[in-house]
Amino acid sequence: MTTQAREADVPSATGGGIEVRGVTKRFPGVVANQDVDITIRPATVHALIGENGAGKSTLMKILYGVQKPDEGTIALDGEEVHFSSPTDAIKAGIGMVFQHFMLADNLSVLENVVLGAEKLFGIGDRARTEIVRISDAYGFDLDPDTLVEDLGVGARQRVEILKVLYRGARIIILDEPTAVLVPQEVEALFANLRELRASGCTLLFISHKLDEVLAIADDITVMRRGTTVGEADPKTATKRQLAELMVGSELPSPETEESTVTDIELLELRNVDLVNDEGRYLLHDISFKIHRGEVLGIAGVEGNGQSELVQAVMGMARASGVIELNDEDMTSWGTRARREAGIGFIPEDRHHHGLLLDSPLWENRMLGHQTQPPNSKHGMIDRKGAKEDTTRIVAEYDVRTPSINTTARALSGGNQQKLIVGREMSGEPVLLIASHPTRGVDVGAQAAIWEHIKRARREGLGVLLISADLDELIGLSDRIEVILRGELVGEFDPRTVTPQELGSAMTGGKGAA
Amino acid sequence: MNKVLQGGMALLAPLIAIVAAVVVTSLVLMVAGASVGDFWSLIFQVPTGRNWVNIINQTSMIFLAALAAAIGFRMNLFNIGIEGQYTLASYAAALVAGAAIFPGKLNVLVALIVAVVVGALWAGIAGVLKVTRGVSEVIATIMLNAIAITIVGYLLSNHGQQYGQGRRTAPLPESSRFKGWQLFEKTDGNVWTLVLLAVVVGIGVSVLINRTRFGFDLRATGANEAAAVASGVNVKKMIVISMLLSGGIAGLIWMPALFGQAGYYGPTFQHQLGFTGIAVALLGRNRPLGIFFGAVLFAWLSEQANKLQLQAGISPSIVQITQGVVVLSVVVAYAVVQRWRAIAEQRALRTALDAGVKPEGVSAA
Repeated sequence: MTTQAREADVPSATGGGIEVRGVTKRFPGVVANQDVDITIRPATVHALIGENGAGKSTLMKILYGVQKPDEGTIALDGEEVHFSSPTDAIKAGIGMVFQHFMLADNLSVLENVVLGAEKLFGIGDRARTEIVRISDAYGFDLDPDTLVEDLGVGARQRVEILKVLYRGARIIILDEPTAVLVPQEVEALFANLRELRASGCTLLFISHKLDEVLAIADDITVMRRGTTVGEADPKTATKRQLAELMVGSELPSPETEESTVTDIELLELRNVDLVNDEGRYLLHDISFKIHRGEVLGIAGVEGNGQSELVQAVMGMARASGVIELNDEDMTSWGTRARREAGIGFIPEDRHHHGLLLDSPLWENRMLGHQTQPPNSKHGMIDRKGAKEDTTRIVAEYDVRTPSINTTARALSGGNQQKLIVGREMSGEPVLLIASHPTRGVDVGAQAAIWEHIKRARREGLGVLLISADLDELIGLSDRIEVILRGELVGEFDPRTVTPQELGSAMTGGKGAA
Repeated sequence: MNKVLQGGMALLAPLIAIVAAVVVTSLVLMVAGASVGDFWSLIFQVPTGRNWVNIINQTSMIFLAALAAAIGFRMNLFNIGIEGQYTLASYAAALVAGAAIFPGKLNVLVALIVAVVVGALWAGIAGVLKVTRGVSEVIATIMLNAIAITIVGYLLSNHGQQYGQGRRTAPLPESSRFKGWQLFEKTDGNVWTLVLLAVVVGIGVSVLINRTRFGFDLRATGANEAAAVASGVNVKKMIVISMLLSGGIAGLIWMPALFGQAGYYGPTFQHQLGFTGIAVALLGRNRPLGIFFGAVLFAWLSEQANKLQLQAGISPSIVQITQGVVVLSVVVAYAVVQRWRAIAEQRALRTALDAGVKPEGVSAA
C-alpha cells in the first residue's frame, strides 16, 4: 500500500500522468471492466468515450477510489497507487466532478466549497482568499458570497470544479460535464478547461458527444463492452471513425429525408394553461397544431414546462383551454380514453412512468395498452396474445433479452427503451408523444429508434418530440417550437436553424425568428 | 431464467422464515424455563379428529380475512379496518338472517349479500375519504374499527335478546342452518358447509387479480403508481373499488361460523380475525395460494397450542410469538431472496447475451 499523500495547497504544476494497466472489475454476473489500458499524459485533456454501458463509469469509479479493481494496476507519475476510498484519491490529487451536482442550494459558494474541507484553509478569510485566487486564475468568475440557488447551470458546474481544485486536485475527472449545458455554456466550459490545462492540470473528460471530444481533447481513448478498444488522435480522427470505434458500426444520423407533412390536422392545442397549486403558471397560453406525418420538436432547457406539456396532452394533468384530436375535443378525456384513441407515449423517465420493473416483459408490453387487443378481450387478460406480441416486439425492435418472462429490471436501459418504443408503436398509433426517446440509449439503439419514428411518420404518424439533444431535434423535426418558462417563445425551421440559435432562444437570449 | 430455480427461490423464503421462527421460539421457551422438546412434539403431534375439524374451519375464516387484506395490499392500500368491517357485517347479517324474512336457504343468500354490502360500504367510507379529502386509509380504517365495534356493542345491548350473561341477535331458524360434514366421530364436530365460500372466494380473487384487466390495473398501481397513471389507470376509482372489494370480502369472514355453528351474533362471536388476516396476507405475500398455506399454518398453530397448558404446562400464548416471528422473518427473507433472484437473473441475461453475440475484446465471464 503506497498511497501518496500530497501537500494540499496549490495544484502542482508538474506531474499528473496516470497509467492504467490491465484493470479488470467484476460484479456479480457482469464483467464491467476487462483488461483496461489507458495512458494519460500529464497536463492534457484526455477524452474517454464510449456508449452507455461501455464501462466508463466503472473505470471512473476505480480511478476515484469508489471501487477497487479485481486485477490490474494504476500508476500515478510512475508510482503504483491503491485507493480504498475517494479520500485516498483526493489525497493523491485526483478530484471528480459528477454529472449531477452535489451542491447545497441554500448555501453560498464559499460555504459549499469549504464544506467537508474545513481543515484546509479554515472557513473564514483564508478560505475566501483561496477561492478568489482559484476563481481568478481560471476565469471562473465566481463570487464566494453568492447563494448557489442564484447561479445558473454553468456557474454551478464551475463551483463543482472549484471545489475539486480547492482540495488540491491536479487530476480532474469530469463525468459528462456538457450533458447539462446549452451550446454557449459548453464553449465557456471549454475555455475554463483550456486554462486548467495550461496551468498543468490533467483532465479526464468523459463523454459520448463526439463533436465536443474532437474540439477539446488532446488524446482520445475509446471503450466498448467493458474494455479499451482503441486510441485516436483528435487532430486526424473524424466523428465517423470515432463512432465506428465506439459501436463497431457506422454512425447513424437522425436526419429525415423528404417531408411527409400533410395538411390534415391531427392534434390541436388552443390557449392551453396549466396552473399549479400555488397559482403559478406551469404552461401559459400554449397553442400549436400537429398534422398527420409531421414531427413537431419542442426545444427548451429542462424544467421549462416540457413535462407539463406532455402531461396535459396525455391527460395526466388537468389543463384548461382546448385540446383536440382529429377535430374531436378531448380536453375532458382521461388518460385511458386518449390512449385508446391512438396516442402512444414514450415517457421521459422510463423507470418512473414507463415500466413495472419487477414484472416480466410481457406484462410490461401490456402496460398502457391493457384495454386493447392483443392484450385483453372482454375485460380478461389475453396472456397468449400479449406474449406472442411481446415476442414480436423483442424480435422487431432487437430487445436483447433471454426471454419475455425476464423482469424489466434485468434489462439494460437501451433495451428497456426499445421495448417501450416497440410497445408504443404497436396498434397503429395516430399520434406519438416522445419525450427524450433516446436518452441514455447507446448509439446502436438510438439509430434503431430514430428509424422506427421515421418509418411511422412516413405512414402518417404525427409526433410531438421533446428532446434535450438538439441534433436529434433538428434531425427529426419538421418544425421546432422553443419553450421557455411555460410559454412557446419561437418557431424555427430545422433545415436552417443552428444549435447555437436554438440555444440562444432556449435561454431567452434572442427573439424568435 | 429456468423454472426450477425460480420455484426453488419462491420456496426458499418461507423455509428460512419457518426455521427462524423455530429457533426464536425455542430460545424464548428456554428463557422461560419451559421444555423445548415438549413444546414442539405437541405442536407437531398428529392432530386428532376434533383438531382437524377445527383447523379446517378456522383456516376458512383466516383465509377469507387474509384475502380481504391482500386485495388492498396488492395496490399499496392498507386496509387495517377488516376487524371493524367484518364485525359490523357479521352483526348485520345475523340480524337479517335471524329476522327470517325469507324462507330457508334464500334467507342465507340474503344474509350473505347483506354481509358483503355492509362490509363494502364500511370500508368504502375510508376509500372515499382518501380520494376526496386525502385522509390516509390507515388512520381512517383504524378509527372505523373502533366506531364499528362500539356501534355493534350499543345495538346489541339495546336491541339484542337477553341470553345468559350477555345479549345476542335472534337465532336463525333451523331451516337456514347448514349441518356441515361429520368427518370423524360425532363429538369431534362438523366441518362447516360455508367453508366452501372460502374456496370460491379464493379462486375468484385469484382469477380477478391475475387474469382480468381490473387485476392488471390493480397490480400495476401497486407496483408503480406513476406508471399506472401514465398507462391510463384512474387511481382514485381504483382506490374506491379496491376498498369496496376488500370490505366486501371482509364481510364474509364469519359467515361459515354463523350458519354452521353459532346461529346468532352474540358472546360466541370470534374477534381478532381481521388482524390475523393482515398477518397472514403478509405471510402469503398477498398471493391466494401463499395465503392459503399461511392460513393453514396459523390455524394449525392456534389449534395445537390449546393442548400446551394441559399437557406440558406451557402457556399457549407462546405460539403467538411463533406466529409473529414467522411473519417478520418472511418479510425479511423475501427481501433477501428477491435480491438473490435479481442477481441470478442478471447473470442469466448476461450468459444468454454472451452466447448470442460474441463481441470482440470481451470473453464470457
